[in-house]
Amino acid sequence: MEKFTSVTGVGVPLRRSGVDTDQIIPAVFLKRVTKTGFDDALFANWRQDPEFILNQPEYSGARVLVAGPDFGTGSSREHAVWALRDYGFDAVLAPKFADIFRGNSGKQGLLTGVISEEDCEKLWAALEAQPGVELSVDLVEKKATLGDLVVPFEVDDYIRWRLLEGLDDIALTLRNEQAITDFEAKREGWRPKTLPVRHA
Amino acid sequence: MNKPRTLAEKVWDDHLVVKGEDGTPDLIYIDLHLVHEVTSPQAFDGLRQAGRPLRRLDLTIATEDHNTPTLAIDKPIADETSRVQIQTLRNNAEEFGVRLHSLGDLEQGIVHVVGPQLGLTMPGITVVCGDSHTSTHGAFGAMAFGIGTSEVEHVMATQTLPLKAFKTMAINVEGTLKPGVSAKDIILAVIAKIGANGGQGYVLEFRGSAIRALSMEGRMTICNMAIEAGARAGMVAPDQTTFDYLEGRPHAPVGADWDEAVAYWKTLPTDEGATYDAEVNLDANELEPFVTWGTNPGQGVSLSDVVPSPADFSDPNERAAAERALEYMDLTPGTKLKDVPVDAVFMGSCTNSRIEDIRVFAAIVDGKKKADGVRVMVVPGSARVRLEAEAEGLDKIIEAFGAEWRFAGCSMCLGMNPDQLAPGERCASTSNRNFEGRQGKGGRTHLVSPQVAAATAIRGTLSSPSDLEG
Repeated sequence: MEKFTSVTGVGVPLRRSGVDTDQIIPAVFLKRVTKTGFDDALFANWRQDPEFILNQPEYSGARVLVAGPDFGTGSSREHAVWALRDYGFDAVLAPKFADIFRGNSGKQGLLTGVISEEDCEKLWAALEAQPGVELSVDLVEKKATLGDLVVPFEVDDYIRWRLLEGLDDIALTLRNEQAITDFEAKREGWRPKTLPVRHA
Repeated sequence: MNKPRTLAEKVWDDHLVVKGEDGTPDLIYIDLHLVHEVTSPQAFDGLRQAGRPLRRLDLTIATEDHNTPTLAIDKPIADETSRVQIQTLRNNAEEFGVRLHSLGDLEQGIVHVVGPQLGLTMPGITVVCGDSHTSTHGAFGAMAFGIGTSEVEHVMATQTLPLKAFKTMAINVEGTLKPGVSAKDIILAVIAKIGANGGQGYVLEFRGSAIRALSMEGRMTICNMAIEAGARAGMVAPDQTTFDYLEGRPHAPVGADWDEAVAYWKTLPTDEGATYDAEVNLDANELEPFVTWGTNPGQGVSLSDVVPSPADFSDPNERAAAERALEYMDLTPGTKLKDVPVDAVFMGSCTNSRIEDIRVFAAIVDGKKKADGVRVMVVPGSARVRLEAEAEGLDKIIEAFGAEWRFAGCSMCLGMNPDQLAPGERCASTSNRNFEGRQGKGGRTHLVSPQVAAATAIRGTLSSPSDLEG
């Protein structure tokens, strides 16, 4: 994973709360067996409406999404993060994120910054006043800047550290290989085993 | 004297491989990893690219469920991308040596139905799967939660996950359910009460006399939908009901292992004096059959109520969400929910497709005819549930009623296989999500219990079993 320090790009005001992962990417697009090629699937149903914000030419090349509370609820599909990344988004700012989505994002270099509802309104207003305006999201300073408007955001310290360092989770965990092996050695006999196969 | 602990804390503590320090997460051991075709291909690819083996094949099991058709299962899958995804799982399972139950196999079915019926799901273990409804397994007193594909790869490679401790919330449900009111109504009422993200960051522990009185199937229905309140997991403390369900199942412990397990499981319920980060109370005596009117599972009311108005919501986000939802659902505020006609009834999904659910549905429709023009599908959660239902003659009752009796799979819960709503169609569904387009593009979903699904299939409008009397 590449190191993430900051991003500057077109911001999109998505005035919706409770955007679930079925909206971010409908299930029909989950049949692919690759991690890429999901850009056309992002918000696929909403994008059929010509009025939908991502269909407005001003927002082409968008990199930062500003959405309402409870973004990413529902299904655990990491495809939602892949679709946002493939489309070009590097960061989502919202007042609240669903847990699984937030975890998935951190593993794919997508920053999820938690902002206050008040700041969310301010960012929406500023982005709508100048469609296509760029904003900067700085992970080191934990703030987003749009002209004079400076908005602080929160991000889990551990996720932030991994994003800043561009670290691979599995390699980090395997540093504890011995501890895992030791734990397995004292695992009780009653705990489940899928092999050998037993039938009713 | 040890500090009193909750059920969730005990299970967590007993799976600590490395305790995190200075803001780093704990490393938690995973006892059981369930795999299906949708969220695994990219994880297997990751292992292959890194040259890593799958660490514990004996703690891993895969089934085919999301993409599988529920008709003509002996024919090649018509949709090419679905067929490729299923074939990819078969290839990966073969290459890495993963136990797989394919379409047509006796143990095939929805991953969250298969785990418990094999006796692999048990109290005091950790269970993960690349599927948010993994919370289902918490009904046994397991810590079970959904993960993304990167985490699927992580578990395959290390059998662990780095995790920060969850907060705990007690959901106390005291009292006795009225006839016709079920576990599904309890959880829909809980979600309506705390909101579709009210459980965020929490493990919900469902407690109280109404929970103790439920069967394992009912407890699974409740924990299944803990994720619909935004929670990481749902749990119910193990008790004699749990042990009775497990004993004798293919992978349940036997002999001395069984005795040791039961002795340990009896230590798991939350200690007297343990504290939760939050508590919520629900009166089971007052509960009515529930139904959702909107496009998130928190937008629900009693079936005897009317469609709410956006003006009823003081929070501006909730009001805007209600407006959008009513437009999508094509509902007018003030309409009696029982006057809302449906085009389809879906009885199935990992929420309500176990044998008990099928029995409840069949008992209500027995000897009756479905309403004209309503399409009714009954989809068992696993091949075994199907066989069990057929051995009891339930398939005959269901077919005589005019409903379709299908093969096992996720079916019309998620719009990924051939079972989908047409645009504009309205469905009473025993599944778990009423999101826009969840059951097919443009489809409209009302989440209900099997009892309400059955009564609705008979009357053609949203109905409770009590509407059938007289």
